[in-house]
Amino acid sequence: MMQFMEGSLAVADAVRLCRPQVISAYPITPQTHIVEALADMVANCTLDAEYITVESEFSALSACIGASAAGSRVYSATTSQGLALMFEVCFNVAGMRLPIVMTIVNRALSAPLSIWNDQQDSISLRDSGWMQLYAEDNQEATDLHYLAYRVAEDHEILLPAMVCFDGFILSHTYEPVETLSQDQVDAYLPAFRPYQRLDAADPISFGMFASPDYYMEFRYEIDRALERAKERIARAGKEFGKQFGRDYSALVEGYQLEDAETAFVAMGSLCGTVKDAIDEMRAQGKKVGLLKIRCYRPFPGPDIAKALAGVKRVAVLDKNISLGSKGAVGLEVKDALYGSGIAVYDYIVGLGGRDLKKSDIAAIAALAEKGQGDQFYGLRQEVLR
Amino acid sequence: MVDKSLELFDCGHRACGGCGPAIAARLILKGAGKDTIVVSSTGCMEVFSSPYPETAWKVPWIHSLFENAAAVASGVEASLKKQGRSEKVVIIGGDGATFDIGMLCISGAFERGHDFTYICYDNEAYMNTGIQRSGATPYAASTTTSPAGRCSTGNKRPKKDMPQILAAHGAPYVATASVSYPADFMQKVEKAVNTKGPCYIQVHAPCATGWGFEGNLTMKMGKLAVETGLCVLYEMVDGKVTRVKKVVRKPVEEYLSTQKRFRHLFKPARKDAEIAQIQAIADFNAEKYGIDIKLKKEPAK
Amino acid sequence: MALSVGCTARPGKSRSNRTGSWRVFRPVFKHDKCTKCGICALVCPEGCVEQSEDEFYEANYEFCKGCGLCSDECPAEDIEMEQEEK
Repeated sequence: MMQFMEGSLAVADAVRLCRPQVISAYPITPQTHIVEALADMVANCTLDAEYITVESEFSALSACIGASAAGSRVYSATTSQGLALMFEVCFNVAGMRLPIVMTIVNRALSAPLSIWNDQQDSISLRDSGWMQLYAEDNQEATDLHYLAYRVAEDHEILLPAMVCFDGFILSHTYEPVETLSQDQVDAYLPAFRPYQRLDAADPISFGMFASPDYYMEFRYEIDRALERAKERIARAGKEFGKQFGRDYSALVEGYQLEDAETAFVAMGSLCGTVKDAIDEMRAQGKKVGLLKIRCYRPFPGPDIAKALAGVKRVAVLDKNISLGSKGAVGLEVKDALYGSGIAVYDYIVGLGGRDLKKSDIAAIAALAEKGQGDQFYGLRQEVLR
Repeated sequence: MVDKSLELFDCGHRACGGCGPAIAARLILKGAGKDTIVVSSTGCMEVFSSPYPETAWKVPWIHSLFENAAAVASGVEASLKKQGRSEKVVIIGGDGATFDIGMLCISGAFERGHDFTYICYDNEAYMNTGIQRSGATPYAASTTTSPAGRCSTGNKRPKKDMPQILAAHGAPYVATASVSYPADFMQKVEKAVNTKGPCYIQVHAPCATGWGFEGNLTMKMGKLAVETGLCVLYEMVDGKVTRVKKVVRKPVEEYLSTQKRFRHLFKPARKDAEIAQIQAIADFNAEKYGIDIKLKKEPAK
Repeated sequence: MALSVGCTARPGKSRSNRTGSWRVFRPVFKHDKCTKCGICALVCPEGCVEQSEDEFYEANYEFCKGCGLCSDECPAEDIEMEQEEK
């Protein structure tokens, strides 16, 4: 059913349909509308779940660990400072191989304090062992939740997943969203079947420590599971397409790439703006295209190399900065294209809610054509010291 | 009644000889029974009981991080509730995990009123990392981060009153115990796990390595702490003290002089002021909880 | 043996670590003045003092670390610590 909905409410509705049994979350802007909506569903018995009103994000994800290990499907949502506070717990979840799904409403990190959007928060957790999926619009944001649970809980995978969508730009924006029925979701996402659980009838010890004889192998197993997840995400995405008409089998998605000379690479809502800019530039005869990265972890390097094989240059739009180095996505795209001879330029854009317009996209294309890149784009020179 | 003859904590763990916390682990599981899920914080007990794959736990057990055991247990409890399961949830944390780094998670979990029992095994310092002071370290104890020295008499602060803090959270049952009184301790654990809501037990668990005494003296050391009034054994129901172990008190010196961590109070020169201050702590405890057994005086002839 | 998923294990595995090798002194249960009170078994940090069919207690030397707590706590003073011969 097509509905005109706020992004947060569309996501909350999707989460409800995933039948989480335990929800544990702490309020933080701009995630609040999601967790308020879920609390309201629990209060009105439209969602049969235990809702734990924790005292911090640190406890939110910690409680998810306990509930997941005890055998429940669990959910949490956070952003920015909240995700940073979960840093230690995030690594722990992945290492314990608990299939927790968490929505990240992307927001900048302090200092300076900013409630506005960029992707520094989830990007900073890229090494934690979680899958990371980025949504371009609210339709994709809702759909990726069904997909995330399905892949995370696959006994060949057993890894947590972050579904990332841009704070305010998507979370607080009304868009038409095709919502699914409970029967439709049940047909796509099977009931939670824990691989192992805390149970007095069959006691297991979780979270033991590993000596140097074992630690590396355990980390390798996580990495291997992430590698396997590429195929499982593609399969789950294809199946979603078959059932509901929206195919998510591609980890990266090209737009006007076929004959493109300059290709943008972006994640999240920015892709929509870039596509509009591409249409305008194409009308002026510029051969530009876009590669959207939907799945950032596992990183689909070979898919990216294949998709960009025919372009002359690549302009990566990074809504993050690995301070003291470059944009995180840019660095990895360079790695994926290493030896190809294709020039890759990285642009740090949109930090802390700085708007990026179609004209900016065209300007970045012009910079790339001139061979100028690996820089912040759109700095207000007049306020710099 | 729980079957206290069951051994649910296995041999082969790597605790030091005479380890107080290892005794605590065994007694906790005897009191709680086999239908118990244990959530452990990082610490000595977690490390000596769980090097992969050699677990000593015969009940379901989970360790996540140092400071989040109460939050993990909140999730376990919520999940069990949702599934209609009846296992008891018992958290076991050291004093560092409980008094210091885990305080946020503990306060939140007690305030939310989850149905679990939190047991702090109190060996009065961070023993796993090499005997650093914690909020549970007693006044004047020498640790590696509160060492006695030319211008230091050891730890500067008295022990934090954790049981009172959790009683103030509205915990229906709060108790202190000692591994040196095993029957009393097991009974308190059994009572706590059968009380609905968040319960707290703080069990004094002497550490031979950290305190500096021979491992065969662990039980005696715990008893001396109680007999001197430095460790008071009591129960609180709904915030009111309902039962206190009474003793014929001994001077604190008898307890202090047998431990390396207090040696600087006696050598090279006796530090009367510090010893008197520790005696004052014991006297205060005795007065507050009414632990003194008044011996009948010989009638005057 | 292949690794478990997520570093988990089932009970019984700690028994492959024979801590008896740590022992310097060995508790000898003399069964002379023993009243079978069971305090030795209760206070043992290893949980390795077991009751046999005749209801007397014995330490399992596979695991006994020789800490001497049983000996110190025995009300009948019926457990003696003897130096291990190696």
